[in-house]
Amino acid sequence: MLTDFNTLIGPYPFRYVPHPEPDVLVRVMDRELIDEAWVGHLPSAFYRDPSAGNAQLYTALAPFASRLRPVPAIRPDWPRWEHAVGTAAAAGAPAVRAYPPQWGLGPGDPRMAELAIAVGERGMALELTVRFEDLRQRHSLDVAGDLSAAAVRWLARAGDAVRLVVLAAGRDLIEEVHWGLTPAEQARVFWDISWIWGPPEDHLAKLLRTVGSERFVFGTHWPLRLTQTPRAALDLLPPELAGIKLAGAADVLRGSPVKR
Amino acid sequence: MTSVRPARPSRPTLAGREPLIDAHAHFTHAGAGRADWADVNAARFRAGERIGVTYHVASVLGTWGFSSPTYFPSPDDVRRGNDAMLAICDAEGDRVRMLVTVNPNYTERALAEIVRCVDRGAIGIKLLASRRADDPLLDPIAELAGERGLPILHHIWQHRRREWPSQEISDGADLARLAQRHPTVSFILAHIGGGGDYMHTFPAIVDHPNILPDLSGSGVDRGMLDEALAALGPQRLLWGSDLTMETGLAKLRALDAIGLGVDDMAAIRWRNAARIFPQGSFPRCGD
Repeated sequence: MLTDFNTLIGPYPFRYVPHPEPDVLVRVMDRELIDEAWVGHLPSAFYRDPSAGNAQLYTALAPFASRLRPVPAIRPDWPRWEHAVGTAAAAGAPAVRAYPPQWGLGPGDPRMAELAIAVGERGMALELTVRFEDLRQRHSLDVAGDLSAAAVRWLARAGDAVRLVVLAAGRDLIEEVHWGLTPAEQARVFWDISWIWGPPEDHLAKLLRTVGSERFVFGTHWPLRLTQTPRAALDLLPPELAGIKLAGAADVLRGSPVKR
Repeated sequence: MTSVRPARPSRPTLAGREPLIDAHAHFTHAGAGRADWADVNAARFRAGERIGVTYHVASVLGTWGFSSPTYFPSPDDVRRGNDAMLAICDAEGDRVRMLVTVNPNYTERALAEIVRCVDRGAIGIKLLASRRADDPLLDPIAELAGERGLPILHHIWQHRRREWPSQEISDGADLARLAQRHPTVSFILAHIGGGGDYMHTFPAIVDHPNILPDLSGSGVDRGMLDEALAALGPQRLLWGSDLTMETGLAKLRALDAIGLGVDDMAAIRWRNAARIFPQGSFPRCGD
């Protein structure tokens, strides 16, 4: 079963995004042979309080429950965030999203560690987004900056229960995090491939060889990016890596050991 | 200079059998300061064969920053890079075409380099970000391009809002001013997916039909291709990959998903390139 770990619904505040609705996502998944998607609510990343966005997300995805799994946003510096974690678990969310740069929570913030542990102890992953857009095209009001490698390392070290899925990272950040962790900490971190370069630089091939394919998951970053990109990157892997298997949802949720 | 050439693939090409010209490709070389330079070149050929690229229209940007900055290459590094590119063309003449790279701050050297490389087979000119696109220093180069019938691929940062380190950025509006001064020259506006706001570029160049953007770059924003087609039409767009061939393949698949017709797809894949480059540049496309 192919899961897309990096999808969103809803509009983006800094540019027009065509048709970010769940029924369109399902049609795209049919076309691209994607079975299931973990889906967040894009505007919630920019809300001060994402609660209303989460309610919209649950409602919007309900008709597509067999394909689209809700990933609500929870900010751990907001009152009663623990209640939101319970709601997410009750709703069958496989993960929750957090946006530390957008919410002003820097690397080393203990509240983010508390959130990572809390969702992990309930059997959910924490999804972190490195970026929504290329740095060079951002709106002048979009000043949050990228998620840092230090922030990811901090959370990966927070405890055994932690499961992180880091979205939209490139080779440099992945390597900086991975090789800055112990093997036990590395096993808590998964990376989606939506922003990793293929040939001729072959960053994806290099990472699959060095970091290990079991640390990577499929992700498209729909509706912001073309859904075709990660499959194209896999199709263009060198012959010795053709058909390589990435981690799936079960691997993420139970944690998969580092093989290297 | 050696070129590692992988075996021809037995599998069908991922982007179909129709001709496909990569209008924005690069190679590297031993003088660029990286040990894996030959692997990078081989990877481009490997991926090109898998995708189904008929011709790589390519340039080398000096020493890629090793002994002078990538976007401000010294005249000597420009020549070294062009020599490497000529060698690749000599070795891979059935699938590689050359753009001669020049730094317009050295006018006489730049003009001489264009003549030297065109006489050995280069089919166009590559301008980096060594000088803003509307600077008068580019006029002699554009005039020579007009005399020789050569298109100019110009590095562009979509929507120039401020200075950034390492390059003198130019945007669509800057290139439009140069194109207006040289209406008989075709200008390829580099990589609408290569950074910056492409939504600024389309209206900036729409009234300048001698500017053709290429689709290359790591950016794969949904809506980018739709907006390019709506604003400029398929006769103004060139397929390319630049440094990320997977995004090039994804864009071909996205154009197919959009439902582009056969003729429009052929225009983007190769016919527009065949139209603006010197006649006979792409014989395996039936040119």
